[in-house]
Amino acid sequence: MNLRLTADNLFKVITGVVAAAALFILLLTGTTLLNGALPVIEKFGLYFFFGTKWNPVPGRYIFGALPYLEGTLVTSAIALVVGVPVSLGIAIFVVEMAPRSVRVPVSYMVELLAAVPSVIYGLWGLFVFRFWVVDYIENPLHNYLGWIPVFSGTPFGLDVLTAGLILSIMIIPTVSSISREVISAVPNSVREGAYSIGATKWEVIRNWVITYGRSGIFGAIILGLGRAVGETMAVTMVIGNTVGPAAIPSSLFKGSQTMASLIANGFLEASPGTLEISAYIGVGLILLFLGLAINIFAAVLVTRVLKVKGGAVE
Amino acid sequence: MSGAVTGIVVVVLIIVAALAGYFAASSTISASTTTSTSLVTTTLPAVTSTQTEVINGTVTKTLTSTTTSVSTTISTTTSTPSVTEILTGAGSTFIYPVLSAMIAQYQQGTPSVQINYQSIGSGGGISALEGKTVDFAASDAPLQAADIAKAPSALTIPATIGAVTVAYNLPGIKSNLHLTGSVVADIFLGKVTMWNDPEITALNSNVTLPAKSILVVHRSDSSGTTFTFTGYLSIVSPAWNSTVGQAKSVAWPVGLGSNGNAGVAGVVQGTSYTIGYVELAYALQNSMTVAAIQNAAGTWKLPTLSSTAAAVQGVSGLPAGNGVWSSINLLNEPGTNSYPIVTFSYIIVYQDLSVVNGQSLAKATALVNFLWWEVGNTAQTLAGSLSYVPLPANVVALDEATIKTITFNGQAISITATQ
Repeated sequence: MNLRLTADNLFKVITGVVAAAALFILLLTGTTLLNGALPVIEKFGLYFFFGTKWNPVPGRYIFGALPYLEGTLVTSAIALVVGVPVSLGIAIFVVEMAPRSVRVPVSYMVELLAAVPSVIYGLWGLFVFRFWVVDYIENPLHNYLGWIPVFSGTPFGLDVLTAGLILSIMIIPTVSSISREVISAVPNSVREGAYSIGATKWEVIRNWVITYGRSGIFGAIILGLGRAVGETMAVTMVIGNTVGPAAIPSSLFKGSQTMASLIANGFLEASPGTLEISAYIGVGLILLFLGLAINIFAAVLVTRVLKVKGGAVE
Repeated sequence: MSGAVTGIVVVVLIIVAALAGYFAASSTISASTTTSTSLVTTTLPAVTSTQTEVINGTVTKTLTSTTTSVSTTISTTTSTPSVTEILTGAGSTFIYPVLSAMIAQYQQGTPSVQINYQSIGSGGGISALEGKTVDFAASDAPLQAADIAKAPSALTIPATIGAVTVAYNLPGIKSNLHLTGSVVADIFLGKVTMWNDPEITALNSNVTLPAKSILVVHRSDSSGTTFTFTGYLSIVSPAWNSTVGQAKSVAWPVGLGSNGNAGVAGVVQGTSYTIGYVELAYALQNSMTVAAIQNAAGTWKLPTLSSTAAAVQGVSGLPAGNGVWSSINLLNEPGTNSYPIVTFSYIIVYQDLSVVNGQSLAKATALVNFLWWEVGNTAQTLAGSLSYVPLPANVVALDEATIKTITFNGQAISITATQ
């Protein structure tokens, strides 16, 4: 092709630049993290990925990051379990059921949730929300169902359950607004066809609308999960910040730490060039791998399992 | 195809340009503005204290770097640039409230100097000093052997004194609990789990303790307060020393962590049956209930300004400023009135200031004069008003001798500041 300065060629170059830059940044991040984490991986090997003790005292270094991976997974799971049904409910309500006058205010309010800085969520969680959770959720659960291991331990409000609930509030705007777009993009012909064979409103929504837009909704869920996994400040204020084996979330009422909150807590004050800094970078590397794994899993799921039929919205 | 190739070449060039810019800029970290022309001679005081340390790691940095004082005067007819010396420091969050108040007052009196302090934590301050990117560092922990190797001929100057209190929340119990160091260590080790444990009730026969489990609260971030507290526990409890040890961040056996002194104070005050450790100024300002700890002489002492000062009164055997301070502490000091958990907070500078990036004789003079003023009467009285203990006379004399040894390229620096 010729290299005359036409708008088309310029456009090709610019988009090429942007795409290459994105890829370059990802590679740069990965290699920098790998470089920084090499000392701790060389010293501890697989223990770093599967061990549980964490001792940052100089001369007594042991670094095992498994509890924090578990903490991240548990809080994100709680966030999804609580947040996704609520978000889908909001999306369905806004598109299918709300009168026209209610639609805009409700969706606007929900999107305002996304405008609140995460530190504010953390402060609100620390000073207000956790007392509600203790009084109305944790104490009743502990009193009546305390014999189940997952509800054992005296609840104090600073645990994975509170962190998961705050995260679920934070992912509601993302998941609900994308789901809303997906559901409203379902062509009316699908709905009309379903009604015409006698389906009720709930059956239409459940069997036709959601099914038609399932890959888009799944994409929304993955975006929400991405936000939940990476959320730092709000989580670090309410999750209890325990270390080592005490951070394994064997019960909903136990404190823990997520990988992001661990890095936020310790990285700034660790002396550079020590094994401790390398351990934090290693945890960052695990977090990057987790993000990649989630996205690869999502891509595989969408293309292989949720086979997208012709004409469906991506 | 060649469009994509061109794109990739452009990206590489942009990256190279960015890296070149980064290396050019990294020679100095002072981010404050070169001053704009102004007719005003007064200075705006810097933002002082009462920032929640909860948001310390992120917001505080930006706050301090945007605090500028319009501190130069120039004539309306010319536009000559001002001669403001900009000093940078970084380090301890514990000293931040008093240091920022001191800086504000000093800048008011000396408009030609602007000091920019970033409270990124003691560890961050020391590493910035080792990288020679700041003029001075503030740290609650003295330089350890590894730091001394990386920052040769650094001087240690005790700048202020603070104490760590053991705060608790027991509903209905108004009087101060009595606790010994070893009982506190057992609580934080998880060996004592109930408030009515025999170890605690034996010391507090005049109080009925509830049969509730103790919730331990510690720091989740790395901190000099933790360094001091774990140092005390290591001294009074061999079990603590072997299991956990002393550091700015340790592997806590039990308990929940909270961010910053403010975070721990918030959790302790908001939840019943908790125990935690907070720095003295926080405990006093928030009127927290604190325990009386048994000192080395056997007396029960509450943490107050006077009991903290008493711990420092008799201190002797301090090394010279250029000596090794790694084993120096004010923990468990003798004396009937001494509170046992006390610490210096140090300012650390290089003895020959010319090794710091971007240094000049004028800047070195400005720094030395600020340090001279800081250990003097006016500044230490200001510290006292903020619940920090003023330095005793012998430590001030030691500091003054140390400050006089600071040179620039071998040249002695003239000290003109009044104290």
